[in-house]
Amino acid sequence: MFRLFAEMLSYPFMQRALIVGILVSLCAALLGVSLVLKRYSMIGDGLSHVGFGALAIATALGWAPLAVTIPIVILAAFLLLRMSESSKIKGDAAIALISSSALAIGVITVSWSSGMNTDVNNYMFGSILAMSREDVVLSVVLSVLVLILFLVFYTRIFAVTFDETFAKATGVKAELYNMLLAFLTAVTIVLGMRMMGALLISSLLIFPALTAMRVCKTFRSVIICAAVLSVVCFLIGMGLSFVVSSPAGATVVVVNLAAFLIFTIIGQVKKQ
Amino acid sequence: MALLTCKDVSFSYEGVPVLTDVTFSVESGDYLCIVGENGSGKSTLVKGLLHLKAPSGGTITTGEGLKHNEIGYLPQQTAAQKDFPASVYEVVLSGRQNRIHFPPFYTKEDKKDAIEKMELLDLLPLKKRCYRDLSGGQQQRVLLARALCATRKLLLLDEPVTGLDPVMTHEMYQLISRINREQKVTILMVSHDLKNVLPYATHILHLDQKQLFFGTAGEYRSSKVGKEFLGGVSHV
Repeated sequence: MFRLFAEMLSYPFMQRALIVGILVSLCAALLGVSLVLKRYSMIGDGLSHVGFGALAIATALGWAPLAVTIPIVILAAFLLLRMSESSKIKGDAAIALISSSALAIGVITVSWSSGMNTDVNNYMFGSILAMSREDVVLSVVLSVLVLILFLVFYTRIFAVTFDETFAKATGVKAELYNMLLAFLTAVTIVLGMRMMGALLISSLLIFPALTAMRVCKTFRSVIICAAVLSVVCFLIGMGLSFVVSSPAGATVVVVNLAAFLIFTIIGQVKKQ
Repeated sequence: MALLTCKDVSFSYEGVPVLTDVTFSVESGDYLCIVGENGSGKSTLVKGLLHLKAPSGGTITTGEGLKHNEIGYLPQQTAAQKDFPASVYEVVLSGRQNRIHFPPFYTKEDKKDAIEKMELLDLLPLKKRCYRDLSGGQQQRVLLARALCATRKLLLLDEPVTGLDPVMTHEMYQLISRINREQKVTILMVSHDLKNVLPYATHILHLDQKQLFFGTAGEYRSSKVGKEFLGGVSHV
């Protein structure tokens, strides 16, 4: 086990993937708990597709991928939030509309610029080779920012997640914290997207939260459990993919699925 | 000066008036019951009192040092809350959100207050239990404790007995009445269930898109509106 990780770490691209992956897993797990409980799970999925479109365009035009994608996805996050809050447009339908449009535009852009080949595959399902040294620095800074903001506003986020109306009545600016949540989610998705893939990144948000909720009884324990699970599943997934040379992102998702099933059984057994 | 005063207050949605010319005041220690049919504007008035919706006319003022974010609100439960993983303590403590500023961390005083309110409502044995595993009545008591954490003076209860069985309903009313008498907390309660609330209430506000009646419970019983409503209720 130790030797395996030592061997993995001898590759610089692996070091980068592990650093970014651990941080993104941590951020995603923390945010995921609130997103799942607020019934915002679909926003994560929508944002990753928008991210794919933006990334494809940025790459085609030769711009810095992260610097272009992050603001666009943040903008999309605020838009999607507005839609799911307004009762006039059906939120889930609007998300489906936006995400498939962004996906389509992205695919067309990629096929024009480099032909439909490995690039699309990498964007969709991720590649651990994707991270450059500059990307790593930016990713570390941003994910630490996400973690700090989440921890500082933890009690507010709990209040807004549990009962938005009550929070508003006691003077908490609920809209502001919803926007903070959307902002942090957008940043996390873009950071994790190229490694995990646009189609798989949202599982990093949803799985640890759902898994932790099978067993844990308090909000704090759900958060802590989800964070630990997320990082552990990521490391196991990376190790496995290294050994059996399977795609990293997909392997991490499968490990998360296994954890979810195990915790579901534990939860059922505990109930009886 | 009254704790809460509404003067000629009106509300409308997109220009369509839903509630017009509501004028009443609540003194410290009152137990006001707000009644009316569905769609009579009760919920709208509640939103207005909580500053969640701006009135289209008139003024809502608070007195005796009550800030508008210090109203202890007991909302109707949402579906999302029923399976929410949070301990009783976490939920009650979140009632102190209006006391903490930046950075928003709870102090010892906040935690002490949450424990006190849980003790008051016999919730201490449930402190570490998960909110979603509790019975409907217990959940309401938890939300009541949270509301008490948010206020010292005024509780605003929106249909607090919805979904409770008759025994729990009775207990809930007893509890609210005890809080009103012993803690000197003013009560504003929206209710369908006037017949059971009338013995406790000191004042009644009857709405039907406008104000039909405001006065003491005794006056209400002998008023035309009150006789009709109470008579109508008893036939159902």
